[in-house]
Amino acid sequence: MANISLTVNGETRSGEAESRTLLVHFLRDTLRLTGTHVGCVVGRCGACTVMWNGAPVKSCMVFAVQTDGDEVVTVEGLARDKRLHPLQEAFWKKDAVECGYCTPGMLMSAYGLLSNGKTPTEAEIKKAISGNLCRCTGYGNIVAAIREAAGNFK
Amino acid sequence: MYPAAFEYLRPRSIREAVELLLRHGEDAKLLAGGQSLVPMMKLRVARPKYLIDIHRIAGLNYVREEHGAICIGATTRHVQIEQSPLIRDKMSMLAQAAGEIGDAQVRNRGTIGGGLAEADPVGDYGPVALALDARMKCVRPSGVREIPASDFFTFAYTTALEPDEILMEIIFPLPPRGSAGVYHKLEKVAGDFAIAAAAVQLAVGRDGVCTSIAIGVSGGGPMPQKPAAVENLLRGKKIDRELTEEAGRLIQDDAEPIEDLRGSAAYKRKALSAVLRRALTESLRLTTNNL
Repeated sequence: MANISLTVNGETRSGEAESRTLLVHFLRDTLRLTGTHVGCVVGRCGACTVMWNGAPVKSCMVFAVQTDGDEVVTVEGLARDKRLHPLQEAFWKKDAVECGYCTPGMLMSAYGLLSNGKTPTEAEIKKAISGNLCRCTGYGNIVAAIREAAGNFK
Repeated sequence: MYPAAFEYLRPRSIREAVELLLRHGEDAKLLAGGQSLVPMMKLRVARPKYLIDIHRIAGLNYVREEHGAICIGATTRHVQIEQSPLIRDKMSMLAQAAGEIGDAQVRNRGTIGGGLAEADPVGDYGPVALALDARMKCVRPSGVREIPASDFFTFAYTTALEPDEILMEIIFPLPPRGSAGVYHKLEKVAGDFAIAAAAVQLAVGRDGVCTSIAIGVSGGGPMPQKPAAVENLLRGKKIDRELTEEAGRLIQDDAEPIEDLRGSAAYKRKALSAVLRRALTESLRLTTNNL
């Protein structure tokens, strides 16, 4: 077992885990941050996407021990002071959520895209979420929501 | 979906990584971005006892121009290659290939060294490395050597790297001035590996005659190939529709594709011919615009 200490959503968090523990399981089972969803666990669906050192990654494709000393942002880190993040606001307003299973991953991929401060084209939005599967919405409303959020992203 | 247990090691320098690899030999695997190795470990196709994480070694992540070549550190990520202004300007097909790998999350973590060392038969860097005569700079206890791309891929998922050797840098000689390059990939769904892909770097004179040609392809066998016969067919000739069709037939006839879920051998032969013809046509258009 290794002691892993990292910054999650701005707070220092630590816990014990085996080297083979995936980041997604460490976040959910050890740190009890269950907003990040476990989907396929083989790196295909993107439901477990989190920000690692400033870029979206699939947390089932990373061992927790690799992130020791690093910075991770999960979907729980988006809302501030009980106010939804503009991206979450836009997802709600544009009906970009049906069953909601893919939503945490979609939000984090979109967050990664919009973090560089530029306004993405529709093609860039689609490319950014091509690693995130949604089996309900048909993606149209998700793309519309990300486009809407790009206008008031902080 | 848990891998077999392993010991995680995080060397601080290349020297330390070389020592660890020497000590643990075949029991160890190098971890760079982990975007292929971690899934393989979860499937227990790979079961290293020691995982040597080279991702944090300082000085392995860079893109720079040196002595007529673009040199790229082994742990440079796909996203950095895709977005590098230097690569986009002087070696656009390499940036294109990097941008076609997996999805955004994979490109944020995966590395060029990892991708090449994995040697997937249809990995995106293979055809580009072969077309541009890239060299793989490797280090081991006895010293440093450079392996030409044409000797690097030895079979599916197999390279000329020795068990105690670490890929440090990839050297891509700059293509001739005025030439244009295109990487064309056919995939079943976005983010998948290629069914077939072709990298073409081409230059023509004012008379339309091909003055330089470099090709790399994947999908025609267990490893990427540099089809010298096709290059020879095109060099010194005016590349028109008829010659492009002939190049497509030649590559198709020489191919021995592996049948899998991405297609039958017959289909892949046609796919390979199609990607080559498209890459030729597109690079011809681009280089003609440069004139």
